[in-house]
Amino acid sequence: MNAAGTGMDGLFDVAVVGGGVVGCAMARRFALEGARTILLERSTDILAGPSKANSALLHTGFDATPGTLELACVRAGYAEYLEIRERLNLPLLETGAVLVAWTEEEAAKLDGILAQAHANGVTDVRRIGRDELIAREPHLATAAREAILVPGEHVIDPWSAPLGYLHQALENGAQALFSAPVERGEFDGSRWRLDTPRGSVSAALVINCAGLWGDHLDQSLLGGTDFTIRPRKGQFAVFDKAAAPYLRSILLPVPTERTKGVVLARTIFGNLLVGPTAEEQIDREHPSTDGPTLARLVEHAARLVPMLAGMPVTAAYAGLRPASEHKDYRIRAHAERRWITVGGIRSTGLTGALGIARHVWSLYEGLGSRHTAPAAPVWPRMPNIAEHLSRDFQQPGYGEIVCHCELVTRREIEAALTGPLPAGDLGGLKRRTRAMMGRCQGFYCSAHVCAIAKGRIAMPDKLGETL
Amino acid sequence: MMDPQPRSSSCRVAIVGGGPAGLGAALALRQRGIDRVVVIEREAEAGGIPRHCGHPVFGWREFGRVLSGPVYARRLRDAALAAGVEIRTRSSVTQLHPGGGVELASPAGLEQLAAERVILATGVRETPRSARLVGGDRPWGVLTTGALQSFVYLERLRPFRRPVIVGTELVSFSAILTARAAGMRPVAMIEENGHTTARWPSAWMARAFGLRLYLGTRLVDIRGNGRVEAVNVETGGKTATIDCDGVIFTGRFLPAAELVRSSPLRWDSGSGGPVIDQFGRCSDPAYFAAGNLLRAVETAGWCHREGRRVGGFVADDLQDRLPRSPRRIELERGPGIKLIVPQAIEVGLTDPSAMLQLRVDRDLSGRLTIDAGGQRLWERRLATRPERRILIPLQALSIPPGVDRLQVGFTP
Ligand SMILES: Cc1cc2nc3c(=O)[nH]c(=O)nc-3n(C[C@H](O)[C@H](O)[C@H](O)COP(=O)(O)OP(=O)(O)OC[C@H]3O[C@@H](n4cnc5c(N)ncnc54)[C@H](O)[C@@H]3O)c2cc1C
Ligand SMILES: Cc1cc2nc3c(=O)[nH]c(=O)nc-3n(C[C@H](O)[C@H](O)[C@H](O)COP(=O)(O)OP(=O)(O)OC[C@H]3O[C@@H](n4cnc5c(N)ncnc54)[C@H](O)[C@@H]3O)c2cc1C
Repeated sequence: MNAAGTGMDGLFDVAVVGGGVVGCAMARRFALEGARTILLERSTDILAGPSKANSALLHTGFDATPGTLELACVRAGYAEYLEIRERLNLPLLETGAVLVAWTEEEAAKLDGILAQAHANGVTDVRRIGRDELIAREPHLATAAREAILVPGEHVIDPWSAPLGYLHQALENGAQALFSAPVERGEFDGSRWRLDTPRGSVSAALVINCAGLWGDHLDQSLLGGTDFTIRPRKGQFAVFDKAAAPYLRSILLPVPTERTKGVVLARTIFGNLLVGPTAEEQIDREHPSTDGPTLARLVEHAARLVPMLAGMPVTAAYAGLRPASEHKDYRIRAHAERRWITVGGIRSTGLTGALGIARHVWSLYEGLGSRHTAPAAPVWPRMPNIAEHLSRDFQQPGYGEIVCHCELVTRREIEAALTGPLPAGDLGGLKRRTRAMMGRCQGFYCSAHVCAIAKGRIAMPDKLGETL
Repeated sequence: MMDPQPRSSSCRVAIVGGGPAGLGAALALRQRGIDRVVVIEREAEAGGIPRHCGHPVFGWREFGRVLSGPVYARRLRDAALAAGVEIRTRSSVTQLHPGGGVELASPAGLEQLAAERVILATGVRETPRSARLVGGDRPWGVLTTGALQSFVYLERLRPFRRPVIVGTELVSFSAILTARAAGMRPVAMIEENGHTTARWPSAWMARAFGLRLYLGTRLVDIRGNGRVEAVNVETGGKTATIDCDGVIFTGRFLPAAELVRSSPLRWDSGSGGPVIDQFGRCSDPAYFAAGNLLRAVETAGWCHREGRRVGGFVADDLQDRLPRSPRRIELERGPGIKLIVPQAIEVGLTDPSAMLQLRVDRDLSGRLTIDAGGQRLWERRLATRPERRILIPLQALSIPPGVDRLQVGFTP
């Protein structure tokens, strides 16, 4: 049986399993290299897992562990994002970061962090004294002593980036199949047959980008795995846009052994976020928040930036890092089985994705496969939803503003429901447009948005019942 | 794409928000002979919140009869149009400029509207789940009453069947009525305090509709994959799970003051609205404000009257009959006082109907006091609760010379 809706005879060079940011970047790379590529995602849209719920920072790699694959992929991913973002119309908020020492003990660690940054090739990182720090960030609490300035750490849009990657893959011949969990499959010595509820797909190679489920996928199809996912939850609170004037840079803590710690950062949408926590849990399905932790995050933010005291919270969310028992990424080619595992992409995958995809492409070439890249690849432009750039409501003819808090137009919503990669569900529609994501959280617009989207996307049971 | 140059236009009075307050202000201005009065409303129709309150009771004061929200909204709109008010719908004000200009976006493009006076009447909204820091999963089916009413009365959609209602303010009972009207069966009503917030025979009403009232109960978290499946609650240290398929967060109203907060106008953290004097005038005298933007929350009828009153003051102002007093007094909130509106008094200009409006932030009984320095100007014995309106006629205060602040407080 061929997969429904692929319109192909089900014969692919590669099948990418998983539509997180890593899978989307992978599909893009392979499509741009000329491989016939299909992406299989179990959910109704891309970004069903941790890729939808992170800190949205474009990391330089200044604090990554030297010599790791993670560092190499982050550096390469960072460079490629900057290189391609204008052509795909992906936003960048050039904030820079300050890693602030609040105690003498922390100040003593700054030199080591600086040396590591330089060793990692991030040479513009430097130490700044209290005066320079306060000139840059006048709203910091007085306890701030001194800092390390990382000019290249920036804020991006965590949703339009992977959307742009997969969109470009599709425009250059790749295919994507949603509601298609890969549950079984078989390798006949030269080809894989992957079985999904929407049919089977035949591919010469499988790339496991299943994120939180990567170890399970290896286990059930390869019959073994060399890592175990240990989800590490990160909770966030997002402050109202009124908070944004009080912080310019990303505010980083001095890291500990276990975690990079809680960050304060602007979002590309004009808010300010605080998070993430780092909490081990067994459950992979529920990135739940809890009230006391959110309250602690909010208090923490107000301790570092006192003007945030009493600032309303617009949103709260949590993501599960697909961490494993290993510190580094788990990327491995099983040459004889025609299978590449891309696992354990724990806390830097948004940045690393483009670099990871290049690395996997080189592993793939090492397996002896050759393709002809399209001579003139298509570069689709993503609609902009970043606050600091020109928005759709500023251009006449948009029909109506549907979401007033985020000034989302009817034209934007219609665009998100059509095209080669339309929103598959309400979450996907929110992430493509920001409708219902503002301070009123749908008080004004949720009913109207649902009425527009009804019948055109997967709706949760009952939401669409007409009276 | 190039950003087109914004068009520019002018009017005498621009009113931001076409709810009961904004329409009331517009009507009053026209009745006083002010021309070029423009109401700017971002929705497809003016009328404000009553547009999607499909149930009574509206209009008793204004029209002498009980109307449903949408009918009431239409009446207000028709009255304003008949009086020659220009209503511009699908137009969102995005920025306020010092001295009276506003920026707006409409499907025709961006526009700068220069106005001699601006009246802000952007209303209120409810506090959603996120701002209450309620944890758990993030399934679909978590709404505010306002959203629920839009689903049911504007879009004719039923978002769930067995919701839990959080809160017991008046609007919480609107939520019950709305849910019942759409064939839902709310299963429970949850209130943190030991008593319902609304004065209404609320416990009775909850029981009559077959939903269980959980008093002294905290919502711990929301559970569900994809859509709401249950909520966990805690009563006196004991936790329980309530099966449901939706959650309605009701009340905890907040003035929709985003424009104020991103402008040079002074904003008051107590009321959540702009700082005004007894004429509704803001810190920039080209700006006035009325309706629920001033404080949460009053009825539609109240807001309409307030709009008309402020519209009258703006007419006075345009006709040079509302001078600024050289003496302006600020009111300070003591412990227990949640808000005071107006926050400032222009001494010597008081109109006889001016009132100070107060609310408290906890159950209080004792004496409500107004002092100038150490001197007591006014006091009254009172037992009150949050969300109850307290009014003090401004004429009751005789403000001694030399004073520039008054302290409002509560002594047991
Ligand atoms: C709290 C937090 C903060 C972070 N902050 C940052 C940051 O600031 N900067 C940064 O660069 N990175 C950050 N990250 C890391 C980044 O989000 C992750 O590394 C990245 O999202 C991992 O992506 P992925 O594609 O590997 O996995 P996932 O996002 O888990 O995607 C896997 C996809 O595979 C699908 N899938 C699973 N099993 C199957 C199957 N059998 N068949 C079909 N489909 C399947 C899933 O539905 C899912 O969509 C953060 C992460 C977290 C959690
Ligand atoms: C869910 C809910 C139920 C209620 N039920 C009742 C009830 O049953 N009875 C009752 O008496 N009161 C009720 N109220 C109280 C209600 O707020 C008042 O009745 C009344 O609507 C307040 O009038 P207003 O003019 O101040 O504000 P609103 O009616 O809220 O009107 C404000 C208007 O301003 C517009 N606006 C806001 N910002 C902009 C902008 N930037 N640009 C352009 N336009 C803008 C809005 O779209 C809206 O139309 C309810 C309130 C809510 C939230």
